[in-house]
Amino acid sequence: MNLKETELCLGLPGGTETVAKSGVGNKRGFSETVDLKLNLQSNKQGHGDLNVAGSIKEKTLLKDPAKPPAKAQVVGWPPVRNYRKNVMANQKNGETDEAMSSAGGTVAFVKVSMDGAPYLRKVDLKMYNSYKNLSDALAKMFSSFTMGSYGAQGMIDFMNESKVMDLLNSSEYVPSYEDKDGDWMLVGDVPWPMFVESCKRLRIMKGSESIGLAPRAMEKCKNRS
Amino acid sequence: MTEEEDSSAKMSEDVKRYLKLDPRSSSAATSEPPCSSSSSSSASALANKSRNFKSFEPPCPDHVLENVLENVLQFLTSRCDRNAVSLVCRSWWRVEAQTRFEVFIGNCYSLSPVRLTHRFTRVRSLVLKGKPRFADFNLMPRNWGAQFAPWVAATAKAYPWLEKVHLKRMFVTDDDLALLAESFPGFKDLTLVCCEGFGTSGIAVVANKCRQLKVLDLLESEVTDDEVDWLSCFPAGETHLESLSFDCVESPISFNALEELVVRSPFLKKLRTNRFVSLEELHRLMVRAPQLTSLGTGSFSPDNVLQGEQEPDYAAAFRACKSISCLSGFRDLTPEYLPAISPVCANLTSLNFSYANISPDMLKPIIRNCHNIRVFWALDSICDEGLQAVAATCKELRELRVFPFDPREDSEGPISGVGLQAISEGCRKLESILYFCQRMTNGAVTAMSENCPQLTVFRLCIMGRHRPDHVTGKPMDDGFGAIVKNCKKLTRLAVSGLLTDEAFSYIGEYGKLIRTLSVAFAGNSDRALRYVLEGCPKLQKLEIRDSPFGDVGLRSGMHRYCNMRFVWLSSCVLSRGGCREVAHALPNVVVEVFGSDDDDDDDTVTGDYVETLYLYRSLDGPRKDAPKFVTIL
Repeated sequence: MNLKETELCLGLPGGTETVAKSGVGNKRGFSETVDLKLNLQSNKQGHGDLNVAGSIKEKTLLKDPAKPPAKAQVVGWPPVRNYRKNVMANQKNGETDEAMSSAGGTVAFVKVSMDGAPYLRKVDLKMYNSYKNLSDALAKMFSSFTMGSYGAQGMIDFMNESKVMDLLNSSEYVPSYEDKDGDWMLVGDVPWPMFVESCKRLRIMKGSESIGLAPRAMEKCKNRS
Repeated sequence: MTEEEDSSAKMSEDVKRYLKLDPRSSSAATSEPPCSSSSSSSASALANKSRNFKSFEPPCPDHVLENVLENVLQFLTSRCDRNAVSLVCRSWWRVEAQTRFEVFIGNCYSLSPVRLTHRFTRVRSLVLKGKPRFADFNLMPRNWGAQFAPWVAATAKAYPWLEKVHLKRMFVTDDDLALLAESFPGFKDLTLVCCEGFGTSGIAVVANKCRQLKVLDLLESEVTDDEVDWLSCFPAGETHLESLSFDCVESPISFNALEELVVRSPFLKKLRTNRFVSLEELHRLMVRAPQLTSLGTGSFSPDNVLQGEQEPDYAAAFRACKSISCLSGFRDLTPEYLPAISPVCANLTSLNFSYANISPDMLKPIIRNCHNIRVFWALDSICDEGLQAVAATCKELRELRVFPFDPREDSEGPISGVGLQAISEGCRKLESILYFCQRMTNGAVTAMSENCPQLTVFRLCIMGRHRPDHVTGKPMDDGFGAIVKNCKKLTRLAVSGLLTDEAFSYIGEYGKLIRTLSVAFAGNSDRALRYVLEGCPKLQKLEIRDSPFGDVGLRSGMHRYCNMRFVWLSSCVLSRGGCREVAHALPNVVVEVFGSDDDDDDDTVTGDYVETLYLYRSLDGPRKDAPKFVTIL
């Protein structure tokens, strides 16, 4: 795997004046929705011109719409101390008196790694209310790596065995998670609330590598229905 | 901290000049020095004194000078002044070290405890800060460090007369607190801000053993509930307590013990209770302690709602506390009771509503009377309308903090540039602002820069990342540019919203007094970082996250890092090689590199990418207590 190809750029690819590299190998800070749009659009157009004025223009053109699509929540942003967050959360909960000292009651951060990506991200599962939400957010987070080949197919339909096998045999990416028992499962096999409770980690892997997970996942699914 | 030695010839000239020019010096010499007796008011008397010490040897200028210096330096309290004094010559360095009673250490890893105790021998007060601020936002793994243990161990031996310890963002254990309580018989003041690692059992030991305790302030710290009734651990009889703050302690307390303690603490001026104190209980406390100047009101919610006359007269209790100037708490506010605080509003200088969901209509009748307020903290539930009410009345306002009721990135956000502009127009003496919002305009920020020239702290947090001016769609460069240009006293700046490199060029050009800069999700390139590092000569603390700054930008600050307290760069685009370059070039700077998690995930994280860089100057080299996940380059 050519790691260079998975490196991210901030702004338009094609070399920046600040990084002493040429060609594709540019680095970028953590992807944001706006930046991702930038990257994907310019990918289609080919190498863009990278003067700063140009990218400013790009950014203002991509004005934030009235309500941007659900972004992946970022650790520690907005910068409000945990203590304050917990106090506010408990007030909203009213009578329920969750233990304040552990932040576990109100957040569920899990690490998300993607095969071949140079770094991990963290997401707070409590911020999403469905697999679709989470899937969209993950797709945006890592789309620059996958060049759009993740998430396009939507959630895995476990009931359709052949479709699942097709997907897993492809080079598409699929999300898997480690549950409470330490087993690695395909995402989507349990109802969403149960998933939030039991998911300890997420890993986005190539379909072909996740082939071993499928039978168990489908069995669990079938056993329930 | 480098010592410069002067030649002795020059020193005697200094002595002569000093004694001649300043007539006060001789009278200062006769005021009671720590270890000799006073005498008549002339320099020769001083010479006699020395002669007594030296058994009839003629006094040499050094000793005369040192005695004089000791007396004079007692009046120097500013640490900047003292640092300057200590650089004059070796003799001055020595005397200054002997007369420094209050030591401030901004980064606990900038020196070892041994160095502290070797240099300063008579310390009475220690202020120690540990983790950098971004640790508050889950950006630092637990167990990173900043333990109080080695410090308490060293000071326990060296400073038996230690009276005050003030810690911020340190890891403090119950054992540490026990050792503290046992080692310092004259201990008077323990203040723990944003600390963790201890519980109510540690507090109990301090309460019990520190018989001279005047101040026990636990502020925004994590205190585990060991189910110890620590309030009952204060010894019987009258206490010396002047300030007791435990609003962050998230465990129930024995109210009877608290009440009894308050009754036998006649000097108590500040009392901040936690949310487990009901309104009825608060009332009883206020009746017992009408001398209070600062009150943390606990829940501000009654346990039982009684009807008519059976209900305590809360307003009367407030009326009786004529000295209250500072109110906080309101952790579980029952709105109907808020008007009870009205009698004290006119005298209030500080009001903290930041844990209470207060609407504009609830706020207006209260704030209308708060003419003398200087510090106001609230939630954005007060809306722009509430801020307008504040602006209309609070002409003496110096510090405003507005926190988000819903601290999520895509929350609605009921305040905007409208509120900010209103404040700027009404509160011209404003010095410090922290403002969380979702919508902001360059116009409002510029208005504030023009209306509030006294601003020293400007922290604006537009919660949605990369949000531009919501009216014009342009980046927020111009607004922040105006702030740095017009607010000539600005020392602390936190930026947010959509920002290009241009914003940073303004900061570098105009931010000549800036000491602390916080950046998140901003800038386009390394140039931004370079602007700041090359342009801001007073920059001490630089904290940056999630911005496209890399090795080139880092390199541009090489000339500065030895003169800064710390630099934090997380989720930027640094490589290990770039960080190592800095580490090798600057031996006096410790360069730490780590991820955001305790455990090393090697399978998906390549060796070269640096998630977090934390660098700081240090006199004693890299620390020995770094955990596994921290790499010191």
